[in-house]
Amino acid sequence: MVTEIAITLAQLLVVMFGSPLLVGVIRKAKARLQGRRGAGIFQPYADIRKLLLKELVISENTSWIFRFTPYLVATTMLLSALIVPVLTTRTPLGFMGNIIVLMYLFLLGTFFLALAGLDAGSAFGGMGSSREVAIAALAEPTVVIAIFGLALRAGTTSLDGIITRFAAEPLLMLNAGHLLAFIAFFIVALAENGRLPVDNPATHLELTMIHEAMILEYSGRNLAMVEWAAGMKLFLFLTLLSNLFFPWGVALNNAPAALFTALLALATKLLLFAAAIALVETAVAKLRLFRVPELLAGSFTVALLAVVTSFFIK
Amino acid sequence: MIIDSTVMSDLFLVTLACFSAGAFGALITAGSPTLARIVAHGGALAGATAAFAFGLGGLAGGSMQLNVADLLPIGGAAFGVDRLSAFFIVVIALGAIPAALYAIGYTREYAGKHSLAAMGFTFNVFVAAMILVALARNLLTFLALWEIMSLASYFLVITEHERKETLGAGWIYFVMTHAGFAALFLGFLLLARATGTMAFADWSAAAAKLEPSSRNLIFILLAVGFGSKAGVIPLHIWLPRAHPAAPSHVSALMSGVMIKLGVYGLVRVAFDWLGVGPLWWGASVLIVGAVSAVLGVLYALVDADLKRLLAYSSVENIGIILLGLAAAMLFRGSNSPELAALALVAALYHTLNHAAFKSLLFMGAGAVLHATHTRNMEELGGLIKHMPQTAVFFLVGSLAIAALPPFNGFISEWLTLQSLLLSFQISAHTVNLIFALGVAALALTSGLAAACFVRAFGITFLALPRSEAAANACEVAWTMRAAMALLALTCVVLGVAPSLTLTPLEMTVFDLTGGHADMRFDWNGLVTNDGFGWVAPLWIALGLVVFLVGIPVALRLLGANQRRRNYETWGCGRALQTARFEYTATAFANPFKRVFALLYRPVKQLDIEFHPESRYFVRTITYYNEGRIIFEDALYRPLLRVIQALARAARVLQSGNVHTYLVYILIALVALLILTV
Repeated sequence: MVTEIAITLAQLLVVMFGSPLLVGVIRKAKARLQGRRGAGIFQPYADIRKLLLKELVISENTSWIFRFTPYLVATTMLLSALIVPVLTTRTPLGFMGNIIVLMYLFLLGTFFLALAGLDAGSAFGGMGSSREVAIAALAEPTVVIAIFGLALRAGTTSLDGIITRFAAEPLLMLNAGHLLAFIAFFIVALAENGRLPVDNPATHLELTMIHEAMILEYSGRNLAMVEWAAGMKLFLFLTLLSNLFFPWGVALNNAPAALFTALLALATKLLLFAAAIALVETAVAKLRLFRVPELLAGSFTVALLAVVTSFFIK
Repeated sequence: MIIDSTVMSDLFLVTLACFSAGAFGALITAGSPTLARIVAHGGALAGATAAFAFGLGGLAGGSMQLNVADLLPIGGAAFGVDRLSAFFIVVIALGAIPAALYAIGYTREYAGKHSLAAMGFTFNVFVAAMILVALARNLLTFLALWEIMSLASYFLVITEHERKETLGAGWIYFVMTHAGFAALFLGFLLLARATGTMAFADWSAAAAKLEPSSRNLIFILLAVGFGSKAGVIPLHIWLPRAHPAAPSHVSALMSGVMIKLGVYGLVRVAFDWLGVGPLWWGASVLIVGAVSAVLGVLYALVDADLKRLLAYSSVENIGIILLGLAAAMLFRGSNSPELAALALVAALYHTLNHAAFKSLLFMGAGAVLHATHTRNMEELGGLIKHMPQTAVFFLVGSLAIAALPPFNGFISEWLTLQSLLLSFQISAHTVNLIFALGVAALALTSGLAAACFVRAFGITFLALPRSEAAANACEVAWTMRAAMALLALTCVVLGVAPSLTLTPLEMTVFDLTGGHADMRFDWNGLVTNDGFGWVAPLWIALGLVVFLVGIPVALRLLGANQRRRNYETWGCGRALQTARFEYTATAFANPFKRVFALLYRPVKQLDIEFHPESRYFVRTITYYNEGRIIFEDALYRPLLRVIQALARAARVLQSGNVHTYLVYILIALVALLILTV
């Protein structure tokens, strides 16, 4: 019982406190690649602290939806942190859902954020909401088909089941289908988290922003919650990519040593992904909004190919 | 537990008595609209409640046999109940109980304008006919009640017959429902002739021995007939017209319940009457389901009429139900009865859930219509401040229909997706690829449905009101709110406690597929295929509550700033903030219109009238962005042209000359005599 509680808390803490660090590392890497010095990697913590200490300024037009949303979004991410095998496949509360449940929890957060974007009655918020849900909706088939591709080879849609299976039989991953599913999932992770080339997290240029436009009216502790939740979502997506496609290091039992190794392995893998994202964001320009569906259609095709190859090449 | 059959018969008779009391009570009290309104809908409420108890009894294994020999020729009027019928009775009652309650308040507005006695009478007939359709046990009983149900709903649709578009909608409904009836009639007659019996109970044994070709023909005819009632694409064209035109409590019943009887028919055809069919039956149902789901939600997404949006979303949800049903057919055809049972459980669960949340949403839309007298979302907005309770109910419905946890739509969509994903256990590549198509379609549908209901709720209830009517709206009568509260509660309970539904459903599908659904469940959660996937909705709900309470408390303890200042929305320094700066329903849907331009064929037109002195001053801007419905252009217009041409050709026979008609009679008589000899 004590171990279970400790592991649950450890998972929560890693996601809660790891996510601002991950964001800081990506920003730092990006700055260095672009020839800037950039802020320190702990800057996002300072930002969140600053926002928590500022007063709220709330639009008079808004309703309770606007005030409720930041907490709900943070809640969905914390709940997801209990389901995702961050360190170990023996997550005590992992029985709450499989990978599909996880995707619907993310969608719940997006749903409320989009409502909050509409709530203040500004054109920016509406524009951001409309574009965000459009991208989320179009990314959904890719996500599920990529999951299908994984489930085909692992024989399960449970997160720890997939990791356990692949860790036991690494040869299953030596397969074109695995690589294709990974590519598709990576593109979707970029789109779902508002990263380049779909959306630029660093912009406040009025007509190009998507996620930032949607949350434009937030301030103070509400903004802190929304930003922190966005960080956690990125953290969770990259953890999924790390642990589902490269299951090395994930603890298969709950021995302290295994958990410690898992933490180190996760940090290494996330560091590599952070570097990859920084590289992508430095190398490619943002796509025009109406070219994004082409990118997502491309990722869908890749995911479908992953499924088809799995049918024919066992 | 077996319920005594006399108890069941008594409940059945009580149900009928209540509906009769409601129907004829309304006629007797016609002089007083208030009395007629309360008597009619009170009777329906009592009848639906009795029917609910009857349905639960049937699910628990209660049986009933009732034959009224003199009512109909050939076999009389025969009624009986099995678990599938009982399940659909529960679905009907679940929609009818709140609808009757809601109608008590909602129909007040019709007093003085329309006959409440006639409305109340037809309402009772409509609900009773739906219940009896699910219990009919021979061909003529079924068809007679099916037609009564269709006609009663037709009369309810044209309640507001002073509007031209209502009559047009009613006419299209009338034609489509009878085209469907013709297909059913033909299919039934062929089946009855081939099997030599009119009793449903004898069909499944006899149908297995039929010629494949005639079995296929019967399947197609019955599928078209039931599919047109269910509103599958391309037979859906009546649905987005008729459902919005009807009074809202009737819309709720039609969309939430009546179209489900099409599903009932399809389940009967595929799992009872015709036996196991070839794989292409399932494959074609799956493709029709996938097309209906995706196109239905895409049309819902761009519609600015709140009730028509909901009607299109019914097409989508029927598509989702058909995906589960088709998966069940394919699994059964591939000798996997356990998986077939799982997929059928998913389909029936979604049928039940859709009845709950679609009724809720239509009642919410009805409340909005009642308060603002418009269904046009471009004239709504800000209603959450004036109608806070209706807003919460509509939000619950929106979350449920968008399949978000922990509401009921999520569980059934999750189950449907699970059963589609499990298709890899069949080793036939063509079947696998068809399933992959279904998976992709379902995923796209659920993403688009979330977008659709962000728009429906956000534009209607949030931000500033876009018209005078929306600004002056106020909360609706308590009966209407109570009905919505009941349904919202149902959406939550069916979502967090799936074992309540899964226990009886498991037995229902066992009767049909002969397999135990490939899942385990209890209060803690639900596991499919021995660990293929799992979900624990009660725990998710609990987790949501814990964190939603915990985070604000933690922030307060951490010393976050609690001060709050209200200020105007950031508008780039604009002096004035009005509703005209808001994003509109059309603008919200625009990304989708552009992405799926191939489908919508949007026609854009921008008319700007400038000031005669200078082009820098604009007098008016008019922007049209109309979509076209490709089915009507591509399918129905050519069909109509052919029918018109045939009618013109047939007109030659109608000379108007009595002598010619006498010659026709003579020819017909001689021809008949020759044929009989």
